[in-house]
Amino acid sequence: MAIVYVDNKPCEMNPEENLLHGCLSNGFKLPYFCWHPALGSVGACRQCAVTQFRDENDSHGKIVMSCMTPAAEGTRISIADPEAVAFRAGIIEGLMLNHPHDCPVCDEGGECHLQDMTVMTGHDYRHYEFEKRTFRNQNLGPLVNHEMNRCIQCYRCVRYYADYAGGNDLNAFALRDRVFFGRAEDGVLENEFSGNLVEICPTGVFTDKTLKQHYARKWDQQFAPSVCVHCALGCNTDAGERYGTLRRIVNRYNHEVNGYFLCDRGRFGYEFVNDERRFRQPLLKGQPASAASARRYLDEKIAQGRVIGIGSPRASLEANFSLRTLVGPDHFYSGMADHEGKLIRLMIEILRRGPVRTPTLGEIEKSDAVFILGEDLTNVAPRMALSVRQSVRQQPMEAVKKLKIPLWLDFGVRDAMQDAKGPLYIATLHGTRLDDVATATFHAAPDDLARLGFAVAHALDSSAPAVPQADDWPLANEIARALKGAKKPLVICGASCGSEAVIQAAANVAMAAHAALSFTAPECNSVGAALMGGKPLSAAFQAVRDGDADTVIILENDLYRRAPHAEMDSVLKAAPHVIVLDHLPNPTTEKAELILPAGTFAESDGTFISSEGRAQRFFQVCMPENEVLASWRWLKPDHWENLDDVLRATAEALPQLAAIRDAAPSSKFRIAGAKIPRSPHRESGRTAALVHINISEPKTPEDPDSALSFSMEGTPDQPPAALIPFFWSPSWNSIQAVNTYQKEVGGPLRGGDAGVRLFEPSPKNGQAYFSAIPAAFQPRENDWLLVPMYHIFGSDELSLQAPAIRELAVMPHVAINSDEFAEGMEVEVTLADGTFRLPVRIHREMPAGIAAVSVGSPPLLAVQVPGWGKIARAK
Amino acid sequence: MTANFDKPLTERMHPDGSVVSLRAYERAGGYQAIRKVLRTGMTPMAVTEAVKESNLRGRGGAGFQTGLKWSFVPRGKDVPDPTYLVVNGDEMEPGTFKDRFLMEQDPHQLIEGAMVAAFAIEADIAYIFLRGEYTLASERLAHAIAEAYERQYLGKNILGSGYSLELYLHLSGGRYICGDETGLLNALEGKRANPRSKPPFPPSVGLFGKPTIVNNVETICCVPHIINRGAPWFQGLGRTKDGGTKLFGVSGKVKHPGLWELPMGTTVREILEEHAGGMRDGVKFRGLLPGGASTDFIVEEHLDLAMDFASLGKAGSRMGTGTMIVLDDHTCPVGMTWNLTHFFARESCGFCTPCWSGLGWADRILKAMEEGRGKSGDLDKLEFQTKMWAPGHTFCALAPGAAEPVQSALKYFREDFERHIQEHRCPWS
Repeated sequence: MAIVYVDNKPCEMNPEENLLHGCLSNGFKLPYFCWHPALGSVGACRQCAVTQFRDENDSHGKIVMSCMTPAAEGTRISIADPEAVAFRAGIIEGLMLNHPHDCPVCDEGGECHLQDMTVMTGHDYRHYEFEKRTFRNQNLGPLVNHEMNRCIQCYRCVRYYADYAGGNDLNAFALRDRVFFGRAEDGVLENEFSGNLVEICPTGVFTDKTLKQHYARKWDQQFAPSVCVHCALGCNTDAGERYGTLRRIVNRYNHEVNGYFLCDRGRFGYEFVNDERRFRQPLLKGQPASAASARRYLDEKIAQGRVIGIGSPRASLEANFSLRTLVGPDHFYSGMADHEGKLIRLMIEILRRGPVRTPTLGEIEKSDAVFILGEDLTNVAPRMALSVRQSVRQQPMEAVKKLKIPLWLDFGVRDAMQDAKGPLYIATLHGTRLDDVATATFHAAPDDLARLGFAVAHALDSSAPAVPQADDWPLANEIARALKGAKKPLVICGASCGSEAVIQAAANVAMAAHAALSFTAPECNSVGAALMGGKPLSAAFQAVRDGDADTVIILENDLYRRAPHAEMDSVLKAAPHVIVLDHLPNPTTEKAELILPAGTFAESDGTFISSEGRAQRFFQVCMPENEVLASWRWLKPDHWENLDDVLRATAEALPQLAAIRDAAPSSKFRIAGAKIPRSPHRESGRTAALVHINISEPKTPEDPDSALSFSMEGTPDQPPAALIPFFWSPSWNSIQAVNTYQKEVGGPLRGGDAGVRLFEPSPKNGQAYFSAIPAAFQPRENDWLLVPMYHIFGSDELSLQAPAIRELAVMPHVAINSDEFAEGMEVEVTLADGTFRLPVRIHREMPAGIAAVSVGSPPLLAVQVPGWGKIARAK
Repeated sequence: MTANFDKPLTERMHPDGSVVSLRAYERAGGYQAIRKVLRTGMTPMAVTEAVKESNLRGRGGAGFQTGLKWSFVPRGKDVPDPTYLVVNGDEMEPGTFKDRFLMEQDPHQLIEGAMVAAFAIEADIAYIFLRGEYTLASERLAHAIAEAYERQYLGKNILGSGYSLELYLHLSGGRYICGDETGLLNALEGKRANPRSKPPFPPSVGLFGKPTIVNNVETICCVPHIINRGAPWFQGLGRTKDGGTKLFGVSGKVKHPGLWELPMGTTVREILEEHAGGMRDGVKFRGLLPGGASTDFIVEEHLDLAMDFASLGKAGSRMGTGTMIVLDDHTCPVGMTWNLTHFFARESCGFCTPCWSGLGWADRILKAMEEGRGKSGDLDKLEFQTKMWAPGHTFCALAPGAAEPVQSALKYFREDFERHIQEHRCPWS
């Protein structure tokens, strides 16, 4: 640490950083715009000016931009120097010349960095008397709203969107005081991480268009810390609610996981929670029933015995465990299709045994050579794709360091680095959105992907099994060299190819390269569900068919996504009584005798285990005024009073899950005797929040399950990371307040980041190489090997029910490389499960003999891919 | 004009402005400097040292020591490859037309200069970045470059020396900011022409991230003569301690506006009165911008100052490009200031706040003032803005340059500004 004197006060600063970073980390209120901890410094806005002195005898000093000046030992600066104060006032006035001052009608109002900085700088009078410049706004699609008149030209949007996220359809156009940040023409922002513009933009140019449909100010919303349910990465979010409806999702910083950014599915997929078709009270034989009669019916069925339970990889551990407890471990079945469960258990086994380690997303970003085997990350684990995109900068960064360019000096680094990229090898079934930064790509059938992996492992370590008929595979050798030459090599794999061999090959590579190994998983709690165990799903179906089960309780699971339609129809027909807990109607709930309205993540507390193996808690944000309850509340035994009891029982019964209790503080946690408020405070007090509806102040709902209160009253102190409902601190109303929650800006949250990692094997552990190497893929004359293709918008069950995501959903299709079919042509795809009509898209990068079909949305919910099938022109 | 001193830059030029042909250039001793360098075994460092010794300072306006700049290029085996030389021919400074003259009339001089400079910095590739509107220069340069390739002055293994150089002519899409050396590099890379952070400086991180030297056209044109006739000769050409001759120009209501190659350090008065013939009959001198639009006004009392890099600093101004714009008593100083500020405001790249915001504001204040809508307090606002544009306050030198005419006009012609406000009109209109 360097000592830097700020207004003569010695302060510790990181000498590898700049003065702005150091000042903010020391808690000084130094205004800024163009700088961002994830984007570095460019010196555009000039708002963070301070006076720098040569030494203690220099009384004059000169104005410097703190973001552009290293925090070198002995530096002397003044924030309070009148010249610097006047300069900063001049800058904010300049920035505000054209700003419309439309805060009362702006969605950003009340959580606007520009408002905060304007107040911080003390600008309160407008001297400008001329016309303001105006722009025509663009329709950027259903996610992000555009209002360019508010722009202050800080350039953060394009730096994030183009430089960081790799988008190429948002640019800076024109010059002087009318730079336009937008697209060449109206249209949906193409990048899958466009929603972060909402938080990156310091004012209301880019705002959340879904929030706009049901707008509420930050101070009128009630928030709870949450975990994204739309993939397995476990990005931390804060969910905002008002009047019982969910209004939006914002990023909850977690240094080890999502950092500052979310994907668009995660940010905008939430609206299924507000869907009008939600089950809001029990339905018994299709008729609305009271909670009491529903419970009576459930108790009756349990008392009658012969009850089986089917869990779910999208339900919390608590919900799964409560069901398991209700029906008994012997009658509890996994909610995953057998093959998928097998793959996930294999991945867990590899990670638990070691020696390879599963990295955090933050570590993925710092990897300096990456080999992706079989995963289309942008569509399967989107946030990880954004991390991988940063990883390719790591090796070139070493060259930049040699030029003595500080790494925070963003444009300097980019000027020096140009298009240089570190090694990234992507071996997948078809092209991916990361291919633009890949060193090389390889597109092949699953067996050939596995063979490539095995060959890389063998090239790294000759004691790993060799691949028959694939000696001296140049690509494998090249990948091996890249991984070997790296300081932080990484292998990424997952269940997407449906292939055990691919997973085993990836494990061999990681072991041989001493690399980190990251597996993606299909759903938000796939890993948790697999750790909990349960009998195979097929056994549940068998039990029903055999007449061994009178009642089937299905937990938050549309089984038509797990097994073919005809099979499910016959199974559910054979079951005398079907009880389903879920949020929304689906083919499974249609067959239910009793539907119990299950709370979504917004109406429940619970724990998910991410694909990293991180147990993370989410908390209820809505207190519904209807019969919706967390699934575990419907199912738990009476003597478990609250979440703590469920967690204790889970930890006691399942030692592999013992650590989940540490994922967040218990319901007893208090700060100086007080709970943590879910609502930001408002000057007018909580009475006013509902005063236009009812003058009498309602009683604050109790929360027996967590240390959070449904109120704006509670501790004024910052809560531990797992319990941060929103970021706010005095003078910092915008999301940038996160600076004040970190010990060092951009670093871990104070007291440690949220979540507890379950897989930390000893690096000394040994694990033998896998050796079941498949034979090379042989195309067939008249058949196609059909493989799955995932879509960020379209393959996820719940987000597809959100209108904005549904609007963007990819039309299900067949991707194929064939001259027999033409782009857009309708074909009939025949699989074991039936025949589906789909349009064709020609993918010239794909190998012969395989075809990729969209999965996860109708018509292909549960087709058994990979599998052989036929494709013919539709008649 | 009596030529009792050497005029190496312009001596070959024809009075009718037609181009000096390759043959004529060679006959007059052209391409001897590059022969000398390549055939006598001069090392790149020796060429650099010779230029250093000549005290050649950059003619683009900033006056940085050229040899010193070249010495910052990393040399040796482990340096990034390639190294680039970029000739800045994006002459867009209002009132400045000296590089155009050199490129249109004696293109081979520039090509030979670029070759010697490229050799000195061990560059493999050179670009001439030319102002897009300079169509005649573009035609003549393109022709000359083709001739030079034909004669094997350019390309592989030049004159059998083993040294190779590719020279490309690039026409700018237009914008004043492309004349900033790092804005130019971004433009040449096909990016938005915003200036870059310095450090890193172009000699270590330049075009496409590689070591790059950017030199002005006139600077490069001096180089062959330094090699041919020696650094002491060049140094001796100047009347003050800055070496060489300089193209000085005068525009405005003078009798003979034009451009002349004169010894560095010639006084303002001599240029104005002897070469430009003094003010036209019936108009009086009020002041002048000595080196293009982005230099401070000087007035009568400063006319005996020498035009060199140091002397004009005493008057709070600078030599800039050495091409003067003269203000007379029939021209409104507010109108002139507005015209210049309007130009700078229009050309701001839009990157840093004091520039894009402040220049636009100042432009509107001056317009209002000129149109009779000025208000009390306007001058304070303008003065405050000029302080916001001080060097170091902004990202690049555009706004500090734009500040110079405004701050000096407010100093020397304040009563004219005040009259505009008091009389609600332009007294000149």
